[in-house]
Amino acid sequence: MRARLAVHLVRRSFGTMLGLALVAMIIALALLGPFIVPYPDDVLGAVNLTNKLQPPSAAHWFGTDEVGNDILTRVIIGARLSLLVGIAIPLAAALIGVPLGILAGTAGGGLREAIMRLTDLFLSVPGLVLAIALVAALGPGIGNAMIALILVWWPGYVRIAESKALAIREEPFIEAARAAGASQVRILWRHVLPNSLSPLIVKMSMDIGQAILAIASLGFLGLGAKPPTPEWGAMISIARGYLPDWWWYAICPGALIYASVLGFNLLGDGLRDILDPRSNRG
Amino acid sequence: MTTPLLLAQGLGKTYALKQGRTVTAVADVDLALTPGAALGLVGESGCGKSTLARLLLRLTPATAGRISFAGTDITRIPERALRPLRRRMQIIHQNPSAALDPRLTAGAAVAEPLIIQNLARGAALRARVAALLAEVGLTAEFLNRFPHELSGGQKQRVCIARALATEPELLVLDEPTSALDVSVQAQILEFLETLRATRGLAWVFISHNLAVVRLLCEEVAVMYLGRIVEQGPANTVLGAPLHPYTRALLASVPRLGQIAAAAPGEPPNPAVPPSGCAFHPRCPLAEPRCRTDAPALRIAATGHAVACHLVPGTKRAAL
Repeated sequence: MRARLAVHLVRRSFGTMLGLALVAMIIALALLGPFIVPYPDDVLGAVNLTNKLQPPSAAHWFGTDEVGNDILTRVIIGARLSLLVGIAIPLAAALIGVPLGILAGTAGGGLREAIMRLTDLFLSVPGLVLAIALVAALGPGIGNAMIALILVWWPGYVRIAESKALAIREEPFIEAARAAGASQVRILWRHVLPNSLSPLIVKMSMDIGQAILAIASLGFLGLGAKPPTPEWGAMISIARGYLPDWWWYAICPGALIYASVLGFNLLGDGLRDILDPRSNRG
Repeated sequence: MTTPLLLAQGLGKTYALKQGRTVTAVADVDLALTPGAALGLVGESGCGKSTLARLLLRLTPATAGRISFAGTDITRIPERALRPLRRRMQIIHQNPSAALDPRLTAGAAVAEPLIIQNLARGAALRARVAALLAEVGLTAEFLNRFPHELSGGQKQRVCIARALATEPELLVLDEPTSALDVSVQAQILEFLETLRATRGLAWVFISHNLAVVRLLCEEVAVMYLGRIVEQGPANTVLGAPLHPYTRALLASVPRLGQIAAAAPGEPPNPAVPPSGCAFHPRCPLAEPRCRTDAPALRIAATGHAVACHLVPGTKRAAL
């Protein structure tokens, strides 16, 4: 019955369906990429200068880049890295933030103050600026960019988990579990965490898009993936030098960033309607 | 007299507010419950009934007095030491919708106390859970239902099955039917009554329905502003009440063809309790000394305890 309601809610909403379609497309590109790309040799940057900067044609649907690689091929392969990073960053951030938040929400007292003030400290600095500073300190590269973004991302999860845990710990069913002799750990794991999950899953699905955007931003600034790794942000960074005459070079990775961020945001919005209908929509 | 199952002496709970102010929710409560006894706890909303229930089960720590359960002082023992005793005392909440974890099926909810107390596992656990649900009148098809798929009465039955799982000797029922439809209330009350008879449970039954308390409990304690003002056999206390507050409570029960007479005024704010007898601002019989001296519980001529200056009596022996 619940599943049917969920299907109904998804199918009724155009936005959710569009989000689902875009996300399905990105996932398909990531999974099938190596098998469907027209020029597998161009993935890691074969040099083919005779073909450089060609306009879109039947052979190269989105043209070629400055060393003659097929742009479509590189953009499709780029979906793997973006998707992986987009999922890994919110997941790792949630793994840090959720336990801290639930601990803060249920423990109260000095421990809660300590965790929440540390969280505020991180939240008070604009995320991308902090990430840039961290990458600058750690050194550029996709691994360090991910670490920096995870460090920027976890406080949001602390906030949500803490507020949910605060509300849930007052529920009579928690008292019933205590009356049965449940340990603190059992109450947290079996009652507080499962009941806090909905808004966290919604946030994670929204954050996938934001993380893809953030890693592309760092790539664009030269702090993330290094060419010739096919990464959307890094590609746009190079393509920027060829604007406006070779506009298709920048448009293609840009469109994919756009589509994936839009897709995950719309999907997250739809998930919220299903999982967390009472939360206020910002 | 046998060892009481539950014994509270001078039990009190004071909450600290900001700026050093305090609210006393429960004060000076003496109670003794022998195995199998039924005590009704009545009083207006906010008089501390629910807080007292939580104090008795040590779901909230007392700030004054002591509680012992089956001869063990549980006032301050660590939660780990209390766990084996938790098996023997259970609570039924007012609102069954809030008392069930929305993420657990009825079967999982009933199984939880058995798992925590390590009483059954595997096939034996499944059989116990099914038997418990059957005992409360729910068939095996309810095992995998989630709370949102159950009616209010069914949810309360699941709560009762969960509370019975560990075969407790003491059950605290915090207005177990006030969140249910009237027709369902009667069913549940009837069921609870048979349950007590068959299982030999002792219970503390909190309610503001005086008729229900009279029917289901042999003894009644009337609370006003955190204190017990009258206590004794249900028939005496509710049949021939001595305390003006108990009389007002009884007069406020509507009857056919008769307008109910509510106690005048509002219950006082526990943060600013009245001086002397807490009931004096609303009491039709109040005398000057009621404003200055708080009356102690004394044994009246009828043999039950009353805290009122106007009722002659002798000092009650300490429990």
